[in-house]
Amino acid sequence: MGRVILINTFRFILLICLQVFLLKNIGYYNLAIPFLYILFILLLPFKIPNGLLFLLSFLTGLTVDVFYDTLGLNAAACTVLAFVRIVFISVTVQREGFDNEPDPSLGIMGLRWFIFYAIILTFFHHLVLFSFETFRFTEFGYILIRSILSSLFTVLLMILAEFMFFRKKVR
Amino acid sequence: MRNLWIFISKYNAFFFLIIFLLISLILLVNNNSYQRASVWNSSHQLIGEAYERVNAFTSYLSLGRTNDSLAAENARLNNQLKTSFFDDSVEQHSVNDTLTQQQYSYIVAKVVNNSVHQKNNYITINRGLKHGIKKGWGVISAKGVVGIVLNVSEHFATIQSVLHSDTRISASVNGNIGSLVWGEDSSDPRLAILRDIPNHVIVKKGNRVVTSGYSLFPSGIEIGRVTRTGLKGGDSFLDIEIYLSTDFSKLQYVYVINNLLAQEQKELEAPNKPQ
Repeated sequence: MGRVILINTFRFILLICLQVFLLKNIGYYNLAIPFLYILFILLLPFKIPNGLLFLLSFLTGLTVDVFYDTLGLNAAACTVLAFVRIVFISVTVQREGFDNEPDPSLGIMGLRWFIFYAIILTFFHHLVLFSFETFRFTEFGYILIRSILSSLFTVLLMILAEFMFFRKKVR
Repeated sequence: MRNLWIFISKYNAFFFLIIFLLISLILLVNNNSYQRASVWNSSHQLIGEAYERVNAFTSYLSLGRTNDSLAAENARLNNQLKTSFFDDSVEQHSVNDTLTQQQYSYIVAKVVNNSVHQKNNYITINRGLKHGIKKGWGVISAKGVVGIVLNVSEHFATIQSVLHSDTRISASVNGNIGSLVWGEDSSDPRLAILRDIPNHVIVKKGNRVVTSGYSLFPSGIEIGRVTRTGLKGGDSFLDIEIYLSTDFSKLQYVYVINNLLAQEQKELEAPNKPQ
């Protein structure tokens, strides 16, 4: 239990630093913008209570917002992300089958499931994020294109990160 | 109550979503100028539209009062108009010329009442005794002869116009002196008759008829043009119809002529008249 908290705290700090100091400056003409920090929410353990999940997501978004100067924007997107995560996991995974509190990571759940999981969650997060950023329904096509391209970028980075850091957990 | 609690805890994810989304939206709108501006703008637009609709209806209810106030305002503005005041100023220019002595002086006046369709027509002008106008003076307009001053009050004068059965004006056509009369055969306000031209004189259609200078008017002021000449059976005078150059129905400004030598002429001629 203590180890889980430690790992997640370390992951949180690492991903936030990566996001606000490096990825903030990377983007493809405002069309494809990576938001890798949501990997933290994606990788929280399966057995986390819903309330704690929402609180952590909200705080993560808020932390990023403080650096991005868009208070509430990423928090809203992360809240939606948490909800989508709960729904997705309840649909695709039997929670009773896990005893040793596994993470929904690439090494444990397999590549196909993880890619599907990452794409769905990232897309919803980005859709909400860009919708609230634009704050207008008339530019829905632009929002959609930005969401899709950014999702692809973010998912690509997630898979890369998973392969780099967490693969050895399988063995 | 228990059931409600069960319901909420069963779908806790959804309620958590609502709560946290609400918090973040409040944060978003309160702390970001763009989002705040769009929220306020859209709500203002909505409210403004609603107010406009309501206003469109309520404005009908106050239509009567609005009309009353507009009518009152019109009356007040009419009181301030220049036409509501009596214009008291007279423009008169006299040049002291030692070589040629001035015989005629002119006073401009505005027509304030006019008639053209009566048997005897009169014109009222806004100049009177106060401005030096006297009975018997001639009146012309920019186009031609108008008439003779008949009565004068303090501020007004009435003119016996050419369109009057008693008016006789000394007129000349091709140097032959005749007398202008109106209203004997027809009452057309544009047509008059020239009398006393002997029938050996050749008068053609279109010839100018002007004042002779024998009466109140200076010589050469236009009266009209000949439209018809003809012989009356057994008469020794021509019967000439004249189209008057002055359109009396559109008369606005006239000039009152003061013949400065009239008094002298009258005094000289007085003994000749049979008593």
